Amino acid sequence: MKAIRNFFEKTKPHVQKGGKYHWLHSTHDAFFTFAFVSKETSKSGTHIHDFIDLKRTMSIVVLALVPALLFGMYNVGYQHFGALGQLGTAGFWDMFLFGLLKVLPIVIVSYVVGLGIEFIFAQFRGHEVNEGFLVSGILIPLVMPVNTPLWMIAIAVAFSVIFGKEVFGGTGMNIWNPALVARAFLFFAYPGQMSGDAVWISASGVETMVDGFTGATPMAMAAAGNTDFNVWNAFIGLIPGSIGETSTVAILIGAVILLITGIGSWKIMLSTVLGGAAMGLLLNAFAGDNVYMALPFWQHLIIGGFAFGAIFMATDPVSAAQTEKGKWIYGFLIGIFAILIRVVNPAYPEGMMLAILLMNTFAPLIDHYVLEGNIKRRLKRAKVNA
Amino acid sequence: MSDREPLFSKKNLGLLSNPLNSSNPITVQVLGICSALAVTAQLKPAVVMSISVIAVLAFANVIISLLRNTIPNRIRIIVQLVVIAALVILVDQVLKAFVYDVSKQLSVFVGLIITNCILMGRLEAFALGNKPWPSFLDGLGNGAGYGAILVIVGFFRELLGSGSIFGFKLIPESWYIVNGGFYSNNGMMILPPMALITVGVIIWVQRSKNRKLIED
Repeated sequence: MKAIRNFFEKTKPHVQKGGKYHWLHSTHDAFFTFAFVSKETSKSGTHIHDFIDLKRTMSIVVLALVPALLFGMYNVGYQHFGALGQLGTAGFWDMFLFGLLKVLPIVIVSYVVGLGIEFIFAQFRGHEVNEGFLVSGILIPLVMPVNTPLWMIAIAVAFSVIFGKEVFGGTGMNIWNPALVARAFLFFAYPGQMSGDAVWISASGVETMVDGFTGATPMAMAAAGNTDFNVWNAFIGLIPGSIGETSTVAILIGAVILLITGIGSWKIMLSTVLGGAAMGLLLNAFAGDNVYMALPFWQHLIIGGFAFGAIFMATDPVSAAQTEKGKWIYGFLIGIFAILIRVVNPAYPEGMMLAILLMNTFAPLIDHYVLEGNIKRRLKRAKVNA
Repeated sequence: MSDREPLFSKKNLGLLSNPLNSSNPITVQVLGICSALAVTAQLKPAVVMSISVIAVLAFANVIISLLRNTIPNRIRIIVQLVVIAALVILVDQVLKAFVYDVSKQLSVFVGLIITNCILMGRLEAFALGNKPWPSFLDGLGNGAGYGAILVIVGFFRELLGSGSIFGFKLIPESWYIVNGGFYSNNGMMILPPMALITVGVIIWVQRSKNRKLIED
């Protein structure tokens, strides 16, 4: 610890005004505040600060994502050896290491490209490096299929950082969740690599999959009229899917961390789940002989990206609704739209991404009407009293 | 009136060149966006569309400028529309006769030149108050400014979205994932949202080079 601090202290004069490496000052600042609490104090306005700044908040979200990441690595290996028909012989570490080697490059590419662009923008515009990418950089790999080529990840990350965030003014100004922008970009730009049955399982070296093993996700099967998937496996997460979203258990651990630290909004999480359940029940009521519509409503919550989206994506404090009442409306509508798109629209097997992006767009509008409603109510009360 | 203005005076050349940069109809005035998004998925229709708009705009400007002292003020809009519509029908017939396949591709958008805001804008703002020759140059310049953006957008959309330029394949077939390679065309470039983003990038580049265009 001391050595790191000494390094920052020693290099500081070089990056201050007039120093040789002044152009690197935002980079220096970014790494220093990442490691230590800044000693800077306010010159005006508020003088009392919580030590929880944006970097600590982001670090806790990253921590909450670690269970999903680790399980995702294991599941990549599990699906691979499952496709080979070697589940009996391959051990836990075989699976985990295989997954680690598959997932790690994606994570590295995501961070290098994303942070690289953030640093370049910070240098050009002369402001501090935005911390926002700490979380996006880990969220992006978690919502990708494991077979996505690395150059596609790089393009998607660049697109989401530049057009999803920087054009709006950087962290805190974006309208949409950057990780979902990256995924949506790939989903529309390279549909062949982002959907279908072949992309979810890393099948390098797999000549033919063993009989009875399919790469289709439970949702793809359900859309094809077969809802006979193993519910327990779907809950644990041993199903094909994007890297980090399969395991409801790992996501719930993350949810607990977010809720205890108060960083994720429980209102959004709860209302999203309620919205999904409500839509599931509604579809059940009108199911007829459509098996997907007849899928028990609670099973919707554990397959696909629903749980992951509800816990980690919808709660993004920047792009979500800000008012307390607005959060209920926002979350509830995400749940409704996610299930509606998933079941009713055959073109999109998963609706969570589109539902969250749609509601991100409407979040400011929701906030506006909640505020207006509040003002009106209070004006009325003031008139009655007067 | 002995000192007649030369045909290519500085002012007249400005009429021709300004729309290409500091008063570009698409990137600065943000007019004619609809057709810019619709016809730029490939380069060929974009080029044909640009030439059509240049022709219609230049001649409509001249005709309105010639008539400018005889048009009653109250019905000037409908007169302008009649002139534009007549020219658009002419252009449409020429396209159908000589480049039928592109005309099919452009479909309704040739007809919709009538409603292109750039045309009415130039007629109202310039041709009604200026002589035929400057009006002609103004029409050429604004048409070219519109066309330049269309061609740039069309170039990138066709290159990245279809891997070709003017229908000529630039990316080797063996590069594609379906053939065992690593590359894949960006399907989003074909979709209109990406055209809007491409126009946005052009606006971004232009304004970071020409800081006077940034409004507060």
